[in-house]
Amino acid sequence: MNRDCNTIFAMLSEYLDRDLAPADCEELERHIQSCEPCVAFVDSLKKSVSLGQAYSPGTEPPPLAPETKQSLKEAYEKMLAARQQQQ
Amino acid sequence: MNLPDEVQLARDLLAGVPGAFERVVDSYNSKIFRYTYAMCRQREDAEEVAQETLMKVFQNLDQLHDPGRLKPWIFRIAKNACLMKRRKSVFAPTQELSLDELKPVKDGEARLEIADWSQLPEDIAANKELHQALDHAVADLPDLYRAVFLLRDVEGLSTEEAAEVLEVTTDVVKTRLHRARLALRKQLDDHLRRKEVCA
Repeated sequence: MNRDCNTIFAMLSEYLDRDLAPADCEELERHIQSCEPCVAFVDSLKKSVSLGQAYSPGTEPPPLAPETKQSLKEAYEKMLAARQQQQ
Repeated sequence: MNLPDEVQLARDLLAGVPGAFERVVDSYNSKIFRYTYAMCRQREDAEEVAQETLMKVFQNLDQLHDPGRLKPWIFRIAKNACLMKRRKSVFAPTQELSLDELKPVKDGEARLEIADWSQLPEDIAANKELHQALDHAVADLPDLYRAVFLLRDVEGLSTEEAAEVLEVTTDVVKTRLHRARLALRKQLDDHLRRKEVCA
């Protein structure tokens, strides 16, 4: 990696999130056009980010027990009642 | 759920509209659990913390001043509940990810070696092996970085919302997210290379 590669390396997530300042974005794209290793790296990072965004930890909670749900509902109704009194 | 729906849900909840309570429980029970499980790493702890979070949400809902902030407000309660459970700060890293370690080559090295990413299946849900590789990679992330990755990339919070949840600046969120993504990329790259060697 040369110095330019190192510079853009730190900006890649912001680039992929379209969060880079226009001047930085142009500089980065200019560099990528002429740097084959960076093209491959950006492509792999892009795919990795897409996979991460589609990732679901695959662990689901058990359904809430009826008594737990009832306790939550009671807490909610108590909060609503206190809120109405204040208004 | 998009932002206008979230805002409407928060307004309905605060107004006591019938069905709003059930919609929040249905929508957030899994989301909160996914976060607490990833942060606590113990299923029983995660279930307990997730239920505590829901209870605090309903007890303290009148403290939600801006209905547009429902999601970050809930995740902040979850984050604090995880913190209390673990009795140590998720902001105090045991391990930092250095940018240098995440580069594909070190400075001065001539060759950049990257696995063949075209081999990677697009549909992660349908690929058990890839899903497991990503599970391990996520579990290996230091807490600080895993929290940002989960909030930003998995749960879809904005940079500002994630900063609000974690009580850090937006620049810190951006830095940690970038390093988390680079670390995941590196792990997946290693996974693909191992597959190439074994093929």
